[in-house]
Amino acid sequence: MLLEISDLVVAYGRIQALHGISLTVSEGEVVTLIGANGAGKSTTMRAISGLRPVSRGSIRFDGQDLTHVRADLRVVRGISQAPEGRGIFPGMTVMENLEMGTYARRDRGNFRADLDRVFGLFPRLQERRTQVAGTMSGGEQQMLTIGRALMARPRLLLLDEPSMGLAPKLIQQIFSIIREINTQGTTVLLVEQNAQQALSVADRAYILETGSIVKEGTGRELLGDPAIKEAYLGVA
Amino acid sequence: MTISDRLGLADRLRALDDRRVQLVTRPRQWWNGLPKPVQWVAFGAFAVLLVLLPILDPPILSTPDSDFPTVLFIVGVYCLAALGLNIVVGLAGLLDLGYVGFYAVGAYSVAVFGSPSSQLATAYPWLVCVPIAIALAMVAGVVLGAPTLRLRGDYLAIVTLGFGEIVRLTALNSGVLGGAAGISDVPAPPGELADGSRLFGVIDAKPYYWLALGLIFVIVAASRNLERSRVGRAWLAIREDEDAAELMGVPTFKFKLWAFAMGAAVGGLAGAVFAGQQGFINPESFIIQLSILFLAAVVVGGAGNRLGVVVGAILVAYLPERFRELAEYRILVFGLALIVMSVFRPQGLLPSRRRAVELAARQDQVEAGVNV
Ligand SMILES: Nc1ncnc2c1ncn2[C@@H]1O[C@H](COP(=O)(O)OP(=O)(O)OP(=O)(O)O)[C@@H](O)[C@H]1O
Ligand SMILES: [Mg+2]
Repeated sequence: MLLEISDLVVAYGRIQALHGISLTVSEGEVVTLIGANGAGKSTTMRAISGLRPVSRGSIRFDGQDLTHVRADLRVVRGISQAPEGRGIFPGMTVMENLEMGTYARRDRGNFRADLDRVFGLFPRLQERRTQVAGTMSGGEQQMLTIGRALMARPRLLLLDEPSMGLAPKLIQQIFSIIREINTQGTTVLLVEQNAQQALSVADRAYILETGSIVKEGTGRELLGDPAIKEAYLGVA
Repeated sequence: MTISDRLGLADRLRALDDRRVQLVTRPRQWWNGLPKPVQWVAFGAFAVLLVLLPILDPPILSTPDSDFPTVLFIVGVYCLAALGLNIVVGLAGLLDLGYVGFYAVGAYSVAVFGSPSSQLATAYPWLVCVPIAIALAMVAGVVLGAPTLRLRGDYLAIVTLGFGEIVRLTALNSGVLGGAAGISDVPAPPGELADGSRLFGVIDAKPYYWLALGLIFVIVAASRNLERSRVGRAWLAIREDEDAAELMGVPTFKFKLWAFAMGAAVGGLAGAVFAGQQGFINPESFIIQLSILFLAAVVVGGAGNRLGVVVGAILVAYLPERFRELAEYRILVFGLALIVMSVFRPQGLLPSRRRAVELAARQDQVEAGVNV
């Protein structure tokens, strides 16, 4: 088991956002966490990355307890997140953003190879190499957050709503890139509201409702589940 | 809709501002386009001019009501303090409203350890006191930063504001620190002239100005290197998006604490130089308004851009001396300038390129309703 979360409780002040969720991600999988606005998806991601302290429960990564490890050390261990929305460094160029992705890495030797890999996945980023990131379009910024997270060479890539605010065509493209990243050997935990696409690309999925996991199964199972269809896929 | 739009002046002001920006960026491009040797010669000539300034005493620049070299020295001290505050505010993006506290720690260190008439009466020479001043200011920075830098935004501003006052009130109420009467016989830097009189005397302020000028060059060079280092990159990332920086593996707390300590060190140095020249200090030299003036220098000049910050410090310290009528209103004028700038031109007069983009991006997010 690469990632193992058990009975996780996270609170903002006195308000609990997660009421004891458990989930696992195995090496090589794409796992998706689906839920409506405010369900607690980003909170889960922030807890895994260490941006948000945990009130109860545990997070284990690769057999080791991470619950109280500092956020920057989790990156060193191999967890990298592409945050929700425009989580880029706006005043840095595309290249500088990508360089920031390697900040925690001890081996800077393979920088070129990693850069080529990211540019292979996102040719647009290569074209825009010298552009100041804050002036790029929303979709381009989204690509940049993913590319930047990949520059850390993560074992586990956390993607928080990578399709948010993108045109349908670009959404297709992002999901096929996620598949591509996975076949290149990176395990992916994907947070999405776009259930159709996410369930098609994922090996397994969890459904999160107001801070609790209400259902889990393989991507295909949940795609065929009538309750899921009604709630998340917009078909009665 | 922003406040400036509502005032209806926005468009005209923006057109004016665009023209002014060109005035700033064109010379910069022109300068960057010059060959390296030409740049060095020009820079050298400018440095020589700065050194000769108090001797040349040019009539338009000279101050009719006060001793010109002394004014130049005070301007230099402001530049030093502003450069130090720029590390905290401009590079790391942390709002520090109590920077005068570190300046005071530096000045009082020199007074307490250096003056024979202080209660401690160790009477160390100035050169020994300066490292003590820098070290104690750094300690103060860490002590203040360790509990507060985990907080963000407004909290930090309020706590630092309190810190500045606490330092002053402590000095006011503590016997060792001289209380309201202050401490006299603060040692001056060492050195003798050919005739046996002291180089850093009470009458001629020129040597003090040259000392400040030299330190400014050192701090400018050091902070330039710092900005381009791995530490500088981490500060930049923290300033632009603290969460994202953390996600890249930047130990944000540690680097924020470093920014605080470095900024405090420079502030302490500025205070130490100031105390040496004054020969006497009391709590009145470290009122909270000084924090606001330092901050005004950084923000009005252009946070994150060393040249801008120096220009800001010159405006804040020199103009009231040159135009004495202004002196009484100096807090009012620069307070207003701070407000006007934050509405119309938050990136400052001479902005750093990155800052301008960051602020524009933040504006977009605010307008799009994203919580930042
Ligand atoms: N900083 C915060 N302070 C207080 N409450 C918060 C904070 N961040 C999130 N919450 C609350 O926690 C709950 C979960 O939020 P979270 O951001 O995890 O939702 P989400 O599933 O990612 O939603 P979305 O799809 O809109 O991004 C929400 O009720 C939200 O209001
Ligand atoms: Mg979210």
